[in-house]
Amino acid sequence: METVTLTIKKTPTLMLEAEAISPDGLAGKSLDQIKALPVHMGREQFTIGEYFDVTGATSATAGETKVVVKGDLSRVKYLGTKMSAGELVIEGNADMYVGAWMSGGKLTAKGSVDGFAGTGMKGGELLIEGNAGNYLGSAYRGDWRGMQAGLIRVKGNVGSDTGYFMNGGEIIIEGNADVHVGTHAEGGKIVIKGNAKSRVGGQMVEGTIILFGTVDVMMPGFKYIGDEEIEVDGQKTVMSAYIGDLGERHRKRKGESVYGKLYLAKAAPADAGASRDARLARAREAKKARFVPVEGTTSA
Amino acid sequence: MAEYLIKNGFVFDPVTGVKGDKKDVAIRDGKIVDSVSSSAKVYDAAGKTVMAGAVEVHAHVAGPKVNEGRNYRPEDKLFGTRVRDSKDTRMTGGFSIPTTFKTGYSYAKMGYTVVMEAAMPPLYARHVHEEMRDTPIIDQGAFPVFGNNWFVLEYLKNNEVENTAAYIAWLLRASKGYAVKVVNPGGTEAWAWGLNCLSVNDPVPYFDITPAQIVKGLIEANEYLGLPHSIHIHANNLGNPGNFQTTLDTFKLAEGYKTNNKFGREQTMHHTHVQFHSYGGDNWGNFESKADAIMDYVNANPNLTIDTGNVTLDETTTMTADGPFEHHLTELNHLKWANVDVELETAAGIVPYVYSPDIKVCAIQWAIGLELALLAKDPMRCFITTDHPNAGPFTRYPRIMKWLMSKESRDERLNTFKHADKVISSTLLAGLDREITFYELAQMTRAGPAKALGLAGTYGGLAPGMDADVVVYDINPEGPFTGEDIERAFTDASLVFKTGTLVVENGRVINNGNKRTLWVDAKVNENAQVMRDVEEKFLKYYSVSLKNYEVQGHHYIPNPYAIEVDATSEV
Ligand SMILES: [Zn+2]
Repeated sequence: METVTLTIKKTPTLMLEAEAISPDGLAGKSLDQIKALPVHMGREQFTIGEYFDVTGATSATAGETKVVVKGDLSRVKYLGTKMSAGELVIEGNADMYVGAWMSGGKLTAKGSVDGFAGTGMKGGELLIEGNAGNYLGSAYRGDWRGMQAGLIRVKGNVGSDTGYFMNGGEIIIEGNADVHVGTHAEGGKIVIKGNAKSRVGGQMVEGTIILFGTVDVMMPGFKYIGDEEIEVDGQKTVMSAYIGDLGERHRKRKGESVYGKLYLAKAAPADAGASRDARLARAREAKKARFVPVEGTTSA
Repeated sequence: MAEYLIKNGFVFDPVTGVKGDKKDVAIRDGKIVDSVSSSAKVYDAAGKTVMAGAVEVHAHVAGPKVNEGRNYRPEDKLFGTRVRDSKDTRMTGGFSIPTTFKTGYSYAKMGYTVVMEAAMPPLYARHVHEEMRDTPIIDQGAFPVFGNNWFVLEYLKNNEVENTAAYIAWLLRASKGYAVKVVNPGGTEAWAWGLNCLSVNDPVPYFDITPAQIVKGLIEANEYLGLPHSIHIHANNLGNPGNFQTTLDTFKLAEGYKTNNKFGREQTMHHTHVQFHSYGGDNWGNFESKADAIMDYVNANPNLTIDTGNVTLDETTTMTADGPFEHHLTELNHLKWANVDVELETAAGIVPYVYSPDIKVCAIQWAIGLELALLAKDPMRCFITTDHPNAGPFTRYPRIMKWLMSKESRDERLNTFKHADKVISSTLLAGLDREITFYELAQMTRAGPAKALGLAGTYGGLAPGMDADVVVYDINPEGPFTGEDIERAFTDASLVFKTGTLVVENGRVINNGNKRTLWVDAKVNENAQVMRDVEEKFLKYYSVSLKNYEVQGHHYIPNPYAIEVDATSEV
């Protein structure tokens, strides 16, 4: 496996759209060819070479190519978009659409990413070590085909509308989630190890949401059906199981209606009425933590 | 004096009867001429195919429902945005609901120079015209919808054909419309009551009139006026298993009527997107093709023309004034639904649809559309459409041509469907060996639709005196060529002249042309009752005033092409 490293050398004045930066986009190309690839800003077209120093080498195929992107990428969009194989490591914070429509390979974002990461994802693994913005693993605007398959893991917190129209795959959030989780979901699994706010599983038709922390406001369309043992990351836990959203249509399989499933920690209902002050304090914390600086980058 | 000479191409022109002879086509000042001077600019078309500009008889390309489709489907333009072809053109985007610019450019690149917008809600005619104005190159007209209009329902309930005709003449002028469109007659009005009309004899609530009465009355009014086009109908019961019977019942409503027009039109009824109306079976399990029963009737009855409505097996956006059908569709596929009632006139619905080759019903629909064209004995009466965007985007016409012109290509598609066995046993396609010829293609896409629209003197042919809409395709009709060669050649024409201006060269748009808006100016005797009814309805019911309703002036129609009809002598 060969590694090619791109280091950003100046901050774009607008947002730079760089969908070429992925193992698929760079594999089999010489450093000069890579430098000549197009990137877009507004209505203008530039080259990768104008914005990045490029070192190292690529292999003939995406699967044998590792791409490392360094520096402050908080004004760079579409990193790893549509990647199908190989490896991409983003060493700074990045803007929107990281790993959108990716279908394979491994993408590691060592910092935080903005909205729409993993949009319409079809496979592969997306690891975000910082926080993720809104619409993580969701459908594109207007589309009903959200994340289909693959794995997204976020070490930090996520914004609103995670897993909007999710159809498959798995999203694991180690921190907290903002409002709207799994809205319109028709499959897949979302695990929140921290807390959630409200509208969890709204208009959910099918799929699973597992919430270890607290939820500020439950959706009215979910019904408690008993306790069940589930397994996450090798840990077995007994949780309270709910079905919903009962306000939606539900297809039948073998004569039985299929529902979305929501698992809450057994202690959760007691927390559900947490005081307004506690909720606001949590919201302030979450907001502050949205973008954590990453060591070794200039983005702090 | 602008003169051009297109030399040595293989010319296919049903109007002059030329079937692939090597001929020159001469153009002077926007018209086809017999010969040009030695100073004419010469284009060598040796080894290539030359035809007149193609004529689109039915597509939904402008107006409020098209725009609402764009609005509520941002995902339709996610990956298809393209930079402009040349400095005078614009960027393009959208797939099933393209931007106005893409609509104009894509039609032009395929060699289409006239495109009819198939359903104009009169109340929103201004919007339709503004969008058509912003669609470059192609000449366009729009069909206002009449089949659920309160004036029409009230007049025809009392058999007042003359009043219906006077109202049609008034509305064509007010909306700058081209023809009488009928969508799910009575059924769309019934939808405002939460109901539908699924047969030609289902009564319309409140108005107490049947679809059969509406259709017959509109044929009579259309011929009373002597309009260039016949009534243009989308029958009741679209899209349902077993609906071929309703379609035959609708065809039969036109029996016994004589055409009356000065334009050379021979049909009294055009039935659109017949693919959606040719279904047997009584549920989705035993759903099957009835294209043979439909085409037996069409072939035997020269008073009918049809267009196909070919399914292209794409993800698309359905949109129609058939409001109850769109509700039915969203209940089937659970995708997002837009719905609107247009006061006193019509309604509309929009639902995205994915015609998957892995779904049996979609593959059968695909086969039926092709069967209709392959079973047509008279290609001058059967036109290729996709009912854009309902059965697929118009940009797929070259692919449909491939399937029609190459048995090998369509068999390859047919035999690789997930449910190929079931599709083959539910359709006739596997047994059809016919390959549409270049001449028949020119009949189905040029001379035929131009004649049916009453435009045979201007469009669809290469006779001297006709508009110089001339297309050169990079394909040698003497062969050898593959299905892929057909699709490629008809996607990006080598040369396209629109009214004598070169607008496309080597598949790139180089000029925005001289777009015109076609409308029909029908003169009738003064009719005080109808004018009183119009004023009263605007006062009593419409949410706009008459002055804010009519389409007038340069803003809406900068370059009008009015076709005049005089029906005053009838009395
Ligand atoms: Zn239509």
